[in-house]
Amino acid sequence: MSINKGKRAWIGMGIFSLLILSLVVSCGKKPQVQRGGVAEAAIATYVAPGDLDEYYLFYSGGHSGNVYVGGIPSMRHISTIPVFTPYPATGYGFDKESKQMLGEFTWGDAHHPSISETKGDYDGRWLFISDNANNRMARIDLRDFKTKQIFGPIPNVSGNHCSSFVTPNTEYVLAGSRFSIPLPRGTYAPLEQYATTYKGVVAGIAIDQKSGEMSLGWEILMPPFNYDLGDAGKGASEGWAFWTCYNSERATGKLEVTSTQKDRDYIAAVNWREAEKAIKEGKFKMIGGVKVIDPKDRPGVVYLLPCSKSPHGVDVSPDGKYIIGSGKLQSVTTAFNMEKIQTAIQNKDFTGDEDGIPVLNYDNIKDAEVNVGLGPLHTQFDDQGFAYTSLFVESAVAKWKLGSWEVVDKIPITYNIGHLAAAEGDTAHPTGKYLVALNKLSHGRHLSVGPSQPESTQLINIAGDKMKLLYDAFTEPEPHYSQIIKADKLKPIEVYPKEENKNPNAIWDVKDSKVERNASNVTVKMVAVRSSFEPNKLEVNQGDKVTIHVTNIEQTTDELHGVGINEYNINVVIDPGETKTIEFVASKPGVFAFYCTNFCSALHQEMQGYLLVKPK
Amino acid sequence: MPDTESFFDRTLTLKSRLALLLAAVILLPVYFFPLWNMTFRSNQYTDGLVLHIYAFELQGGKTPNRDDLREINSLNHYIGMRPLLESDFSEFVWLPFVIGALMLLSLRALVIGKMANVIDVFVLFSYFGLFSLWSFYHRLYTYGHNLDPTAAIKVPPFTPPLFGAKQIANFSVTSYPDIASFSLFAFALLLAAAILLSVRRTANA
Repeated sequence: MSINKGKRAWIGMGIFSLLILSLVVSCGKKPQVQRGGVAEAAIATYVAPGDLDEYYLFYSGGHSGNVYVGGIPSMRHISTIPVFTPYPATGYGFDKESKQMLGEFTWGDAHHPSISETKGDYDGRWLFISDNANNRMARIDLRDFKTKQIFGPIPNVSGNHCSSFVTPNTEYVLAGSRFSIPLPRGTYAPLEQYATTYKGVVAGIAIDQKSGEMSLGWEILMPPFNYDLGDAGKGASEGWAFWTCYNSERATGKLEVTSTQKDRDYIAAVNWREAEKAIKEGKFKMIGGVKVIDPKDRPGVVYLLPCSKSPHGVDVSPDGKYIIGSGKLQSVTTAFNMEKIQTAIQNKDFTGDEDGIPVLNYDNIKDAEVNVGLGPLHTQFDDQGFAYTSLFVESAVAKWKLGSWEVVDKIPITYNIGHLAAAEGDTAHPTGKYLVALNKLSHGRHLSVGPSQPESTQLINIAGDKMKLLYDAFTEPEPHYSQIIKADKLKPIEVYPKEENKNPNAIWDVKDSKVERNASNVTVKMVAVRSSFEPNKLEVNQGDKVTIHVTNIEQTTDELHGVGINEYNINVVIDPGETKTIEFVASKPGVFAFYCTNFCSALHQEMQGYLLVKPK
Repeated sequence: MPDTESFFDRTLTLKSRLALLLAAVILLPVYFFPLWNMTFRSNQYTDGLVLHIYAFELQGGKTPNRDDLREINSLNHYIGMRPLLESDFSEFVWLPFVIGALMLLSLRALVIGKMANVIDVFVLFSYFGLFSLWSFYHRLYTYGHNLDPTAAIKVPPFTPPLFGAKQIANFSVTSYPDIASFSLFAFALLLAAAILLSVRRTANA
C-alpha cells in the first residue's frame, strides 16, 4: 500500500467514522437494531425458573478487579468472583489469606480471562486472568470459583495487557508488557532514551499441572513496542505463541499520533519450545532476578510478522493453521499461514530486523487480507469453519469463511464492540451457536442511571446463516474478554467437605471453641453455625493483637456465615466447611458488637457477640 | 415314628428345613440395607432431607452439597430437639447380635429338625419384632416430646410418624420401612412356612 493510498484510506475512514458516530448519536434514544423476531429471541433466551443455562459466561470486570459469572442464553449475572479488589460481599480481602494475596494493592485491571486447556480444549480446571495495572496474573480454581493465587508483580513485565492466553495443554499462560520501561523495573532512564534503553518483555508463566501453581517460565527481551494482545498456537502452530504490538515507531508522547505513522506494525511469533531450550542451554541474562532471553544472543526464538497498522487482536484458528491479525486502523484482517511462516523462517525470507529479531516477508507468509470492515479488533471461531471479527469503528461483527475469505454476513452492534467471544470460540473445537459481543458504549439502551454508565453485552445467535441479535445485557465496567464454556464441563462444589479441611486451626465442635492469651496475643478458635458464634464474648485489652480462626461447621449448600465487627473495618464470610483467619489489633477501646453478615437462618439477627476492649 | 409323638416333637420335613435355610439367608440384607427411611420435605428442601435407619447405624442422605443428618440436627435444635447421635442408640450395638442369633437359631432348628425349635425361634422373633416396633415408636415419641424448654421456637410436643406421612411445622415428613424390614418380615413368613409345611405332612401321613 503506498503512502498516498494509505492517507486516502485514513481520511476516508475518518469521514466514515464521523458518519457512524452521528448515526449512533441520532439513533441513541431508540432501539436501532431490528425488532423482528422478538418472540423468537425471547424464547431462545428464556430460561424458566428452576431451569439452568446451557453455558457459563466468564467475563472480566476490567478496573473493577473482578470476574463476573453469567449464564447463556439467559445472560443473567449469577455471581462475582473478586480477584484484584477487596469485595466485602464474599469477605474477600479481609481475612488473612486473601489480604496476603492482594498485598499492597487494592485494585487491579482484570483484563483477559482464559480457561485452562487440555489438547487445545477447555478442561474446566482453572481460569487465569491478567492484571494490566499491577502486572499480575491470577488463578481462579473452577472447583470452587475462588481466587487461589495472585502471581506477581511479574518481574520486568510492565502493563500486563497481552495476557493471559494459555498454551494447548496449559503449559504456560502468556504475559507481557504493554508499556515498555527501563529494566529491571525500578530503573530510571529519561524518556528521550525510550527507543534505545526502554525494553518490552514477553513471558510464559509456567503452570504446575497438578496444583495450577504459577511460576515464571521464561521471559524474552523485546524492542520497546507496546505488546497488546496474544494467543497461543495450537494444532499446526502448537509450540508457538503470538503477540501483537503497536508503536513499532518506538515513539513517546502523544501516541495517538506518534505511534500511528507506519503502515505496518508487528505480530511477534515466539517458538516457546526454543525458549525452553535457550533457558536449558544457559543462554539467558538475569534481569530483575529472572531468566531473560535476549533474541540477539539466541536466534530461533522469536520472529516478527508485519501486520497491518496498529494491530490489536491476534487469534489462532481452531486447527492452528491460520494466525488472524487485525490492524485496528485499517479495514482488513490478515490471515497468516503457519506453514508459510515456517517456510519463510527456514528460507530466511527476511526483510530486515528489529534489535536482531528477523522480520519475515509479509507477502510470502499471508494467505489473505480479508475485507472485514472498519476497525477490526478480535476474531473468534465457530464449529462450521467461520470466523467472526469485531469491528469497533463500524460497530458491527463480520462473519467470514476461513479458506475462501469471503465475508458472508454482518450484524450491527450497539455500540462499539471491543472483544467478542463465541462458545468455546478460541479452542480447538468451538461449539458455535452463541456469540457474545462485549461493547464499550451502551448509550441509553437501558434505563438511565446517570453519567456513570454500564457497558453493554449482547448475545447473538450464530447457528444459522444470518447472525441474529437475541439479548441486551448490561455489565459493570468493564468486560474486556470472556470465556464461554459448556455448563457440564464444570462440576463445582458448594460445600467444603469436612474431611478436606486441613486447617490446623479448624474446630468442628462448640466444645473445642476457646480463647487463649499469650502476653498481648489473643487467639480465638471460633465456631459459626446456625445461629450462633462460640465463643460469643471476646474480652481483650486495648492494643492486643487478636487472631480469630473461625470455622463454619455447616455442611449444607448456601449456609454461609459472616463475621462483621462494628467499626473495626472487618467482614469475613466463611463458606460451609471453611476456616478463615481474622487478624487485627484491638486499637479502639470500648464495646463493639460482631454479628453474622451473611443472612443464614430464622435467627440470623440473633447471631451476634461482643468484642470488649478494655482501655489501657 | 410313634404316633404318640406330640406336635412339638415332630420332625421337620425337608421343605420346612429348606424354609429355615432360606429364613437364615434372608436376614443377611439386614446388615446392608436400611430398616426404615424418613424423608423431610419443605420448600427449601424439595428433594427432601433423608434419614436412613439401619440395624447398626443412623445415616443421613449425603451429597457433595449436603450432609442430611447434620442438617436435620441443625434444624431440630431450633425447636429444642436432642440431636440424633448414634451413641444414644444402644440398639445399634445389640441389634446386629440379635439378628445373628436369629440366623443361628434358625440353622440350629434346621439341624435338630424338631418343631419345638422352630416354635422357639418364632416366639423369640415375634417378641423381638414387636419390642423393636414399640421401641422405635417410643424413641420417636421421646424425641418429639422431650423438647428443650429454652428452645428458640416453641412447638407443641409431637410424635414423628412411624408409618406414613405427617406435617410437622414447614416439613412434610414421610416414614416407611425399607429392605431390611422386608427381610425381617420375610423371615417371619418363612418361619411360619416351616411350621405349616411340617404340619401338613403330618396331617397327610
